[in-house]
Amino acid sequence: MESLSNKKKVLEVKPLNFMERAYLPAIIGGLATTMKHFFRKPVTISYPEEKREFSENFRGMHSLKRDEDGKERCTACGLCALSCPAEAITMTAAERQPGEENLYREEKYAAVYEINMLRCIFCGLCEEACPKEAIYLDGDIVPADYLRKDFIYGKDKLVEAPLNQ
Amino acid sequence: MGLADILIKFGLILIIFVISLVMAMYSTYAERKIAAFFQDRIGPNRAGPWGILQPLADGGKMFLKEEIIPTNATPFLFIVGPSLAILTACIGSAVIPWGQKMTIGGHIVDLQVTDINVGVLYIFGVVSLGVYGVMIGGWASNNKYSLLGAIRAASQNISYEISMGLSIIALLMLTGTLSLREIAEQQHSWHWNVLRQPLGFILFIVCAFAETNRTPFDLPECETELVGGYHTEYSSMKLGFYLFAEYINMFISSAVMATLYWGGYNYPGMDWMNGLLGTTWGPLFGVAIFFIKICLFIFFFMWVRWTIPRFRYDQLMDLGWKILIPLAIANIVLTGIGSTLLTHFGF
Repeated sequence: MESLSNKKKVLEVKPLNFMERAYLPAIIGGLATTMKHFFRKPVTISYPEEKREFSENFRGMHSLKRDEDGKERCTACGLCALSCPAEAITMTAAERQPGEENLYREEKYAAVYEINMLRCIFCGLCEEACPKEAIYLDGDIVPADYLRKDFIYGKDKLVEAPLNQ
Repeated sequence: MGLADILIKFGLILIIFVISLVMAMYSTYAERKIAAFFQDRIGPNRAGPWGILQPLADGGKMFLKEEIIPTNATPFLFIVGPSLAILTACIGSAVIPWGQKMTIGGHIVDLQVTDINVGVLYIFGVVSLGVYGVMIGGWASNNKYSLLGAIRAASQNISYEISMGLSIIALLMLTGTLSLREIAEQQHSWHWNVLRQPLGFILFIVCAFAETNRTPFDLPECETELVGGYHTEYSSMKLGFYLFAEYINMFISSAVMATLYWGGYNYPGMDWMNGLLGTTWGPLFGVAIFFIKICLFIFFFMWVRWTIPRFRYDQLMDLGWKILIPLAIANIVLTGIGSTLLTHFGF
């Protein structure tokens, strides 16, 4: 039948010659190839001790940022939770009380802020949605754990360390 | 035979038993490490420095795993299978001469458990018994994959034993003896049999790969088609016994190859070395040389495993029956003509 694309190529199958049928030359060639690899430097690394450098736009674990005075930037507007395609983010807002001005930048803040790391797909949409530049995916790889509940990261794990410590 | 001799023999048996087990244990480690190096990886490195405690960790794991006997299996035979496999693997080492006779404090110690005059036949008998472990285990599991693996093992062993035996006959025509001790003694210094029987050695090593079920002839276990072949249904230490038996077999067949073809404990300049080291340390140095040869063979087994893909089953049978057996017969004829001509012209 005429082929439509005209890209068909008929390959000629040649019978094996004596050297090919004798197996041994090919086997010795193969052994030489593997022996070359034997002395090559391994391409793998011992992961937790050694780490590869991440690319500049790598998206890892989230961190909630503070401003230059050490106050939390997040105002619990919920845009990150709204933008999240995996519905991994949830939060509870609270009003700032008098005397807490050094802790929170705006009058409203997130009393509870949780990200379920098992749901998160690290797309970075929360980062883009945030109007206050409060959340960034600039951390490391999220570590492994045994229980599902331990993958729900609260503010204790997410908020950046205070400035003067 | 005095009490001292009996004690020495028991000591030797114990030492050889322990050495074969330790060799098998560390073969598993070496296999994984060597595989890693061939594939540009690092390999096991968590248990102890460079992972050298890995075999112990694996052994502990094997012992602690749950013992499972399938409901429809035949319980007695299910247990007999791996026991037989490890038993036949362990008794093969009885006739291998590990070194020259040495003297310790006036006692002459023979570094061979027993020098029976049909040593080669004994090895063959034990090797062919070994397949019963696989067959019984595969049959008793009552599982299609296991049974297929067992059938493959049996037919493969039968096919390759013929060419193995024929390749040995050519060697025996030259040595004129079946005793492994005498064969080893005849290869004094550098008169190794591989120089007189290169084709025979190639045939023998190919058959040894098939007999130990190593790649490219590992069709009995064949992970890709048969799940695990004959040991699909096995768990815990019974599986461990099967895996262990494979590595002990590899050790023993390396020792046999080294003895029959590569001079055993002989090495060039051994007379000079023996004169230098005396009658105790000289033979022990020979033992060390022998173990180096064995380790090189084990390395070769692994090197081939991580290089060559598995044969298809019909190709395997083709190779065994249509190529190896005719070649082995041709080797016998050539050896006969060659040795007759050599004696005729008085070399």
